[in-house]
Amino acid sequence: MEIITRRTPRSKKLVDYEAESVHSKLQFYRYPPTGTLSLQEFEDIALERLKVLKAVETVGLRHIKGSEEYRNEMEKVLRSFPGGVARAVCRAKCDPGDVRKDHISHFILRLAYCRMEELRRWFIAQELDLFRFRFQNENKENVKLFLENNNLNYDLVSASEKEDHRSELVACGIQGHLIEFSDIYKVEFYDVLDLIQRRKVYVSRGFAYVPHIDLVTLVLSEFRSQLSHALTIASRALPNLEEDNRLLPMLASMSKSYLGQDYGKKTSVGQITADMIEMLSRTSFPMCMQELHQNLRQHHHLRHWGRQQYGLFLKGIGLSLEEALKFWRSEFTKMMDGDKFDKQYTYNIRHNYGKEGKRADYTPYSCVKIITTNAPAVGDYHGCPFRHVDVAILRQKLQAKRIPESGVNEIVSLVKGSHYQVACGKYFMLTHNTGHDFSPNHPNEYFDESQKALNGGKDAGASSGGVKLSQPKSSQASQSTPSQKSLSQKNDDQDDLTLDEIDQSMNGIEES
Amino acid sequence: MAENISYDPNCLPDLLPIYYKRLFPYSLYYKWLHYGGVPKTYFSHREFSFTLKDDVYLRYQSFSDQQELEKEIQKRCPYKIDIGAIFSHRPKDHKTVKAAAFQALEKELVFDIDMTDYDDVRFCCSGAEICLKCWSLMQFAIKILDRALREDFGFHHILWVYSGRRGVHCWVCDPDVRKRLQQKGRTAVAEYLNIIRGGENMTKKVNLWEGSIHPSIQKAIEIVRDGFEQYAVDKQDFLGSDAKMKKVLALISDDSVRRTVEDDFKHVKTSRERWQVLQDRVKQVTSKGEGRKCACVIEEIMLQYCYPRLDINVSKGLNHLLKSPFCVHPKTGH
Ligand code: SF4
Ligand SMILES: [Zn+2]
Repeated sequence: MEIITRRTPRSKKLVDYEAESVHSKLQFYRYPPTGTLSLQEFEDIALERLKVLKAVETVGLRHIKGSEEYRNEMEKVLRSFPGGVARAVCRAKCDPGDVRKDHISHFILRLAYCRMEELRRWFIAQELDLFRFRFQNENKENVKLFLENNNLNYDLVSASEKEDHRSELVACGIQGHLIEFSDIYKVEFYDVLDLIQRRKVYVSRGFAYVPHIDLVTLVLSEFRSQLSHALTIASRALPNLEEDNRLLPMLASMSKSYLGQDYGKKTSVGQITADMIEMLSRTSFPMCMQELHQNLRQHHHLRHWGRQQYGLFLKGIGLSLEEALKFWRSEFTKMMDGDKFDKQYTYNIRHNYGKEGKRADYTPYSCVKIITTNAPAVGDYHGCPFRHVDVAILRQKLQAKRIPESGVNEIVSLVKGSHYQVACGKYFMLTHNTGHDFSPNHPNEYFDESQKALNGGKDAGASSGGVKLSQPKSSQASQSTPSQKSLSQKNDDQDDLTLDEIDQSMNGIEES
Repeated sequence: MAENISYDPNCLPDLLPIYYKRLFPYSLYYKWLHYGGVPKTYFSHREFSFTLKDDVYLRYQSFSDQQELEKEIQKRCPYKIDIGAIFSHRPKDHKTVKAAAFQALEKELVFDIDMTDYDDVRFCCSGAEICLKCWSLMQFAIKILDRALREDFGFHHILWVYSGRRGVHCWVCDPDVRKRLQQKGRTAVAEYLNIIRGGENMTKKVNLWEGSIHPSIQKAIEIVRDGFEQYAVDKQDFLGSDAKMKKVLALISDDSVRRTVEDDFKHVKTSRERWQVLQDRVKQVTSKGEGRKCACVIEEIMLQYCYPRLDINVSKGLNHLLKSPFCVHPKTGH
């Protein structure tokens, strides 16, 4: 992508309309825009798209993706934005100028978000959700046109083959009397991994039988692979942009503002010591962490994901590496000798503090991550209690914490409606006797809020064992404006972020 | 698994050299991991890791050919050998390449089933122990997964091995699997096969909906049904005590049905009778169109007790190490 920035007044005929965007507003963004663009406009439309993507994320957290409510909410939220990007993504009637904004803003954010694996992942996830929403809103002709333009041809299952697999297809959700009339595509299972993962399609001998309604999954998988490929390439091209010192700071600060607060960079490291944890766990830990803490105390052991979830949280509240080692050691060595602990577990703890392996400074898990990934299996105590605990057991646990019956009922009904974080917020209010309405996005946010509430509204003071927690965001902002230097530092981070794989290889070392 | 000759782990240092000299099937092993030598680097870029005496752990070992492998193994006499991924560079050189460039590219798809994960549904042993009574669980697991891997996914080259202590490992070696299945794909396949969900705080770990039971699960149910009575009733006596009954009753979500069944159980004595009574009751209730919540409860119970319990983290990562076949388990000598 070639961006020429000149402080010229906005000119109108900037962009070549690419074949794909002329025919349909839906596109794979295969061709980068060309032409000139004022810096102001550059920033405006990029920020607008960022807001759109954040809204997409928020809606996705509140509702089940693809459900009726999800779509309505999405429609409503997107329509409430005034800008052209939003118009292009949600209104049937948008002018070519809006399509252009959609096109350009996507490419700007690619640049802003290509720098690190974690940013890429976030960007891809939101763009895919947005695309899904748009695709499902398109009428039949546009969909057809889109498929043709992008050379997406999928094999249709013949009538006789449908008959052979009738009962299986019905079991996978295609209505029996509609089978002969509906289009079913036969594709390699590699192309519909999402559907496989959720066991939503029939697979036989390596081929998935995808009903028309799930066509979007096929298209999305294509979009995903193109986008992730493009981002990798963009990340390599980024250093070439470095001569322009107006764009880089802007791009850098744009991507910073994703996902809200980053709980990885505590400035208060060292203010919490191992012996304070027990007390804090009772007053200020969210339930997920209380669970882990209690089970660690009880079994003197936690399995891999439990150690990760809890260990990073503790790091986030300000436990230093030395204190962390002390803390885990004192529990684990009630069950094993110190030698074994040192061999099997210290590496992983040091690793989380960026002292081993690829030396990435890992950040604590957010609620979404806890709720949606690495669901607990037999032997595990991690996860979110509002999501991963039987309602009956959750009830007991809440009662044991002396939550009044009406509160328990309220929490349970929120849980049944899949509003886990809201349920957690309710639990917060009931345990802190506050009317302050909040639902956590992050266990560490919960902790901070709790400290605030207990210390009388202010950022924690001398009480509760002298815990002083500062807001990482503001302290960072005051340090310096993002400069070229900080950007190139960020670039190095790329090496550090195949996080899951590292986690897993660590996991492999320990057990078996 | 019959333990007629007792094994003393302390003898291992004496026995291993002999094993690695006389018995370890190097040429077979090499032939497997060499995969016909296409591409040439396939063997030499493979990570091995050795666990030596006193838990000394060496990662990123790699060997250019069979001779070097043989020599190293005999020299080090590892207590345990793990196999990892095929990397972009020789793993032993990993420090000399930039961390970002050193990447795991391909691997077999592996599954690890561990008997310790079944402790809540077997009553003969616990932890790392196994006996002939609970070994049936591994037989169910192998039958069910093997069928799914072959019939659903069309994989052909599947190797099952006893893990040496308390479970089985499965290696799927098809070329497409090794090359095309990246982390996302492995996760998808593993999750597809994983129906036992929920941690220690989730009692009921299988949930089915009538009329929309996925064909793959239906076939698993058929396999379990064939051997369920023999396993659960004969070998485990799974309704033979109050505590055991309570476990099964907890899986019935419909309160009134559960109370009725609880009552039914009091009138009969053996596991066999109780299992029969339970099935009859559920049939009777559902045929009247009541107890919607428990239309599939019989199947759910069978699956919760017998469906393979996968450690899916092992399968998901490209970079995950798994104990190598033909390697003696240091704790059991198997
Ligand atoms: S909502 Fe977040 S903070 Fe609350 S218990 Fe769940 S994961 Fe923890
Ligand atoms: Zn046993």
